[in-house]
Order: sequence, then C-alpha cells, then structure tokens
Amino acid sequence: MRLDFSNYDTKDFYDELIDKSGMPRSGAKLLIKRIESLEDGEIINFQKAAEALMYEMGITFNVYGSEEGAEKIIPFDIIPRIVEAKDWLTIESGLIQRITALNLFVDDIYHQQKILKNKVIPEDLILSASSFRPECVGLNVPRKIWCHITGTDLVRDKDGQHYVLEDNLRCPSGVSYMLENREILKRVFPRVFSASNVLPVNDYSARLLESLQYLASDNVTSPKVVVLTPGIYNSAYFEHSFLAQQMGVELVEGSDLVVMDGFVHMRTTQGFQRVDVIYRRIDDDFIDPKVFRSDSALGVPGLMEVYRNGRVALANAPGTGIADDKAVYTYLPKIIKYYLGEDMILPNVPTYLCSDEKERAYVLANLDKLVVKATNESGGYGMLVGPHSTKQQQAEFAKLIRQNPRNYIAQPTLSLSRAPVLVEDKFEGRHIDLRPYVLYGKEIYVVPGGLTRVALKKGSLVVNSSQGGGSKDTWVLRESPVENQEDIL
Amino acid sequence: MLSRVANSIYWMSRYLERAENTARFINVNLNLTLDMPNNFVDQWAPLVNITGDDALFLELYETPTRENVLQFLTFDLKNPSSIYSCVRSARENARSVREIISSEMWEQVNLFYIMVRNAVQDQSINLNPNKFYGDVKLACHLFGGITEATMSHGEAWHFLQLGELLERADKTSRILDVKYYILLPGELHVGKAVDNIQWSALLKSASALEMYRKHSKQIDPMKVADFLILNREFPRSVLSCLTRANFSLNSISGSSLYAFNSVVERQLGRLVADINYITIDEIIQTGLHKFLETLQIRIDHIDDEIYDTFFALRNADLHQA
Repeated sequence: MRLDFSNYDTKDFYDELIDKSGMPRSGAKLLIKRIESLEDGEIINFQKAAEALMYEMGITFNVYGSEEGAEKIIPFDIIPRIVEAKDWLTIESGLIQRITALNLFVDDIYHQQKILKNKVIPEDLILSASSFRPECVGLNVPRKIWCHITGTDLVRDKDGQHYVLEDNLRCPSGVSYMLENREILKRVFPRVFSASNVLPVNDYSARLLESLQYLASDNVTSPKVVVLTPGIYNSAYFEHSFLAQQMGVELVEGSDLVVMDGFVHMRTTQGFQRVDVIYRRIDDDFIDPKVFRSDSALGVPGLMEVYRNGRVALANAPGTGIADDKAVYTYLPKIIKYYLGEDMILPNVPTYLCSDEKERAYVLANLDKLVVKATNESGGYGMLVGPHSTKQQQAEFAKLIRQNPRNYIAQPTLSLSRAPVLVEDKFEGRHIDLRPYVLYGKEIYVVPGGLTRVALKKGSLVVNSSQGGGSKDTWVLRESPVENQEDIL
Repeated sequence: MLSRVANSIYWMSRYLERAENTARFINVNLNLTLDMPNNFVDQWAPLVNITGDDALFLELYETPTRENVLQFLTFDLKNPSSIYSCVRSARENARSVREIISSEMWEQVNLFYIMVRNAVQDQSINLNPNKFYGDVKLACHLFGGITEATMSHGEAWHFLQLGELLERADKTSRILDVKYYILLPGELHVGKAVDNIQWSALLKSASALEMYRKHSKQIDPMKVADFLILNREFPRSVLSCLTRANFSLNSISGSSLYAFNSVVERQLGRLVADINYITIDEIIQTGLHKFLETLQIRIDHIDDEIYDTFFALRNADLHQA
C-alpha cells in the first residue's frame, strides 16, 4: 500500500507541514512529494532501519526509577519538521535578545541587584526562590558570561505564533539527538535534503568547543577543556560522551578531578594534569559538596573556591537556575525592557502567578482548563494538564497551590501545533515543540535547527522523553525553495 | 589519559578475553563428550576448576552436571566470570570510555551484549549450543579485528593489550594445568600411551591444535606443555602473551627496552626473562603444577601493581611527579 497524505486530517490545529486545505506548505512541498513517490512500504522500512541503527549505536537514555540497565532509544520519527526562513529569522533574533537580557539579569542579581532596587521585580520573589544561590553572590564569572549553553523551549499556537515556554539555562540536554537525527535523515532523504536548502547543524561541537575555550583565562595558551558527567547511569550519559568525543576532550567524573594547590587537576596515568574549563553536566546542587549539598558524591570538593578565584571556568555558571524560575519567567518582558530598552520579540505564554492573590483565585477556579507547573521543576515533572486530569488530581494540586503559592504558576492549555508522524502504516498529526540551542561565547550563536520533540501518544501534549515523547529532525530552510524542482527528485 | 579511563579499557578487554576463553573450552568439551563413551563421567567439573571459581560454584549449585556447569559458566549473573557477566561488564566499561574507543568498537561490544542477552531469553542455545559458543568466539574475534583496524596504537590501545594478554596468559596456563593433571596424574612417563582425542581437545581449548600439528607432528604431553608455555610464535602461548604485554607496559611508561621506572615493570620484565630462558625439562623437574601455580600468582601480583601504579593515583603523588 502506498502512503500518501490524501486522508491526512489537520483537524483544528496548526500543522507544520500541511495547511488547512490539505496542501503542503511551501517549504514542505519537495518533502511531501518525495514521500508520496516512494515505493510501497519504503518509508516504513526507513523508519525501522533508523530505529535499528539507533539501538545498535547505543543512542539510548536511562529511564529514572526503572530497573538497572533499562535503556531505551528515544522514539524517533522519520518525517522531518520544517521551519521556514522567515519564521527562523524571528526565532533567532528573539532568542539572541532573550539570552542577552537574561545574562545581564543573572549578573545583576548576583551583584548590585539594580533591577530589584528599582522595583521592576519584587525583591521577595527572587530572594525566596529556591534556585537563587546566595553562594554565587559576588561571583565574577569569566567574560561576564553566565549562560553559555541554553536550550529554549518554543511552542506554536493555533494562530501560527511561536511562544517561549521555558528558558532552560541550567543543563539543557538533547543536542546530541539533534545531531544524530540529522545524520540519519541525510542518509534517508539525501536529494530532498540538498534541494530544500537546509541550514547545517553539524558544526555545533566545534562551536561549543570554541565557546568553552573562550572562557579560559588569557594566560593559558592551550586550555584544557573537559566534560563533567555524573556517570553512566545518568539519563543523558550518551550525550555527555558524544559531546566529549565530538570535541575531542576528556569526559570526566567527579572522582577523576581533585583540587590541589589552588587548581583543579585530573588524575591521569601520567600523574595529575591541570584543567582550565569544565563543561559540567551536573546540577549546581551536586558540583561541590563543600558548598552545596554535602552528601553529593558526584562533585569535586573545593571546586567552587577555585572557580571563585578565577582559576577554572564552569559552563554554565552556577546560579543560572534563577533565570529558569517560572515565576521570574513572567517578568521577562520587563527584564528585556529594563536591560535592553527593547520590546520582547518572542512572546511568553500568558502566565498566572499563584503568589498573586487575584491570579491564584482565577487559577483555583479554572484548574480543569489550565496547565499548572511547579516553578522550579523541569522535564515535565510536577505538572498538571487541566483538561486531561481527573477531579482528584485537580484537588491535589489545589491543595499544593494553597500550601505554597510561590511554588506554582499556571498557563492556558495551548493547542500546540502538530506535525505528521508515521503511525504503523499511516500518517497522523501529533503535537510538537521546538528546542533550539544557543551558544554564548565571543558572540551569541543560535544553531539553525534544534530538537523537535513529539508527544507520540495520541492527543497528548507532553513531549518530554521521560514521559513518552519522541523526536524529529528539524530542517531550518535557508530561503524559500525554488518551485518546480521535480527533476531533482 | 585519565586513570579511570585506562582502568575501564584494561578491564573491558580482560572481560572480553575471559568470555572468549570460557566459550572456547565449553565448546571443546561439548564436542569431546560426543566422542566419549556414555560412562565418561566427571567431564564437567574440570571446566569450573579452570576458571578457579570452584568455591562459588559449590555455593550456588550442588553437583557439577552438564546443565549446572553450563548455566554457571554461561548465563549466571551471580558468577562474575560467566560469559553473560563478562560481556555485560565489558559493555559497562566500554560505555564509560565511548569517547576514547572508536564508534565501531563500541557498536561491536553493544551488539555482542544484545546477542548474549537475547540468548538468555530464548531457548535456542539448548538446541544448538555449538552455534552460540561459536558466535561468542566470533564476536570476540570481530572485536579484536575492529580494534586493530580502527584504534590508534597509542596509550589506550596499550592498556587494552595489557588487559587482553595478561588474561590470555593466565587462562592458557589454567587450561594446561587442569587438563594435564587429569590426563596424566602422578609422574610423567615418557612414551606412555596417550589418549589422542583428549590431548587434541586440550590443544583445541587453547585454539592450538592446528598450530601445534605444524610444529610437532605427534601428540606428546611434554611437547604440548612446551608449546603452550614456551613457544615464541603461537599467539596464545604464555611466553608470547607476556612478551607482548611487557612491550605494551614499556610503551605506556615510556621506558626504553630492558629498562624500568616502576615496580610493575620490573615484575613483568623479570617474569618474561624467567620464562624466556627456562626449558621445559626444568619445568617438569620442578613440577608442572607448581610452576603454573607460581606463574598465576605472579600474574595476579602484576595485575595488583598495575592498579596501584596507573589507576589509583593518590594526591601525594603530585609532589613526586
């Protein structure tokens, strides 16, 4: 049976590839034509081959809470998501604006706190946040950069508008899947790929390394960069080792590092060797048991003191979590205005702060319609999706909100845009989001692409891989593709 | 390179070598039982003796039946040296050094693990055990070939060699020790009629039968021992393994030939020298079993010393460096 889009139903959603009338959007024409011209069942074979490849290559993640050794591949869908050039330009400039402002914000919060003194943000909101780190006050971070690597989550609503859902300035993951997905898609659709004029993503590792080396102090000629991982049982371990391999740097665990004579060293077979820059994929809480959680066995005792003295660089800097706080998020338009004097380019999703009495009353009265999130959680944990919840779950959240209003925000349930995925032997629409990656080194660079996450469960809005989500390759087009390219196919 | 990484590479290759050796002598024994009369008893217990895990076996099983021994040596995760345990540990180690080894090597270890894990679940091994053990051997050889072809012969490779060769020297000596004792209890009588089938099986257990035949036509116990311990060309002989292990150790520490900078280099260099110049007559005179036992103890000490020298770096060492 030949697979085509003649029965594909976009329903009442914004579909990324197919418009309301059932026709491919202009950037997706070549792709859809190619898919429809494939031999019977060929796309299914592509999908299976890609999955087998990922399994054999061990591109797996560990599921927390499941038995030891339970590894899964992130479910992967063979049909790419396409972002057209004009949409991308808005996203790119919006992200650069956002990261610039957030970086100034974090630096301010840990120094003069001007934005609090000028009462743009209530002081109490920041100082009460569990992600505010008193230990970071007064830190002079190398080159004044706090958030070197960001993975911002974007969603698109029914009207086609992109919104920022969350900023993820701590240890965003998933970039390895962006790179691996692209490798697989290039093999599957080589000609459509080249005819569609897709922007490349594969210099990410080289740019990441450059951004990291930029942090080393000027008197170090060839800085030693390492990636710090919690170890092989961490859910993102594949990514840690992948990035270390791609950059050609050492992948270290906390126990490989030791602080001596005021510097960080790693234990090697030839003795101790100095380390200049650490791309750490361990949360703030665990990086230094002398400063943060004392029960941490993952970190390096004394690391923060060396950092404070400017003798090692950390990426991302500790303390950036304050910018991830979902209550702080609601102030983003004001933050951008305050530091840059500009209007926000990429809007936020409208958000109700439960710490505000009036907004809280609204939230409590509309729990069945809203999405409620804990301000300091990520990964789809600690969250209530109103329309998909039971009365009992709503009652639980009402209780949680009343107990600790500061800890919760609520947002209207967006009807996230959809894209076609292969379900057994037909195409069906599934909700997606987009996580582009931003590197802040000598300048700010937004990787033209990103990780498109898909809620594979029918009707589901939760795209996190820990909650049954999958991923797609993301094609950002250089310009609108030329019409009439049948001959290329 | 990182001490932890060197340690993982060393153990990854030791575990794979161990799995291969276990698969090989099990396979040989399976074939051997086909050629033996039905009342041929006690042919499975010696396999456990070879691995040196007799005590653990007795704890977990009552009698060394075919089923028990095969289960213990192949799939039992309570036995850290079973094939499944070894492949699993090799993979865990490989995972922690993925950025150091080539992607092809990692994929091979991963596929190998998936193959053994699947075999645990399906019952095909009972129907065709030869195929399974053959596949294990093949997977290990494939890994060796991939490693040879895709990994730079730098420090990491030398640690890999070191693990593989020490494990192999140890296993060859154990196979010889156990089988020799069973086939020739008591004094060695030159010219005594020998059991060609069983001696051939011993050589096969070390993948040595064909190479031995080219070397000396007749099966003769003393020549078999000579071949497996002292032959310079056969890649599984004790001397060959230790000579190459010594070369890798020298390369790691950067010492010139016959020189040494550490205790472990002296220990291994001395062991190689001893075996290099000893004759098989001298070995038989002191007693083969005693000789092999001492050899195994010395290899164990070298393993401990490698750990202390390269893997367990202590803060105090900074000031000496």
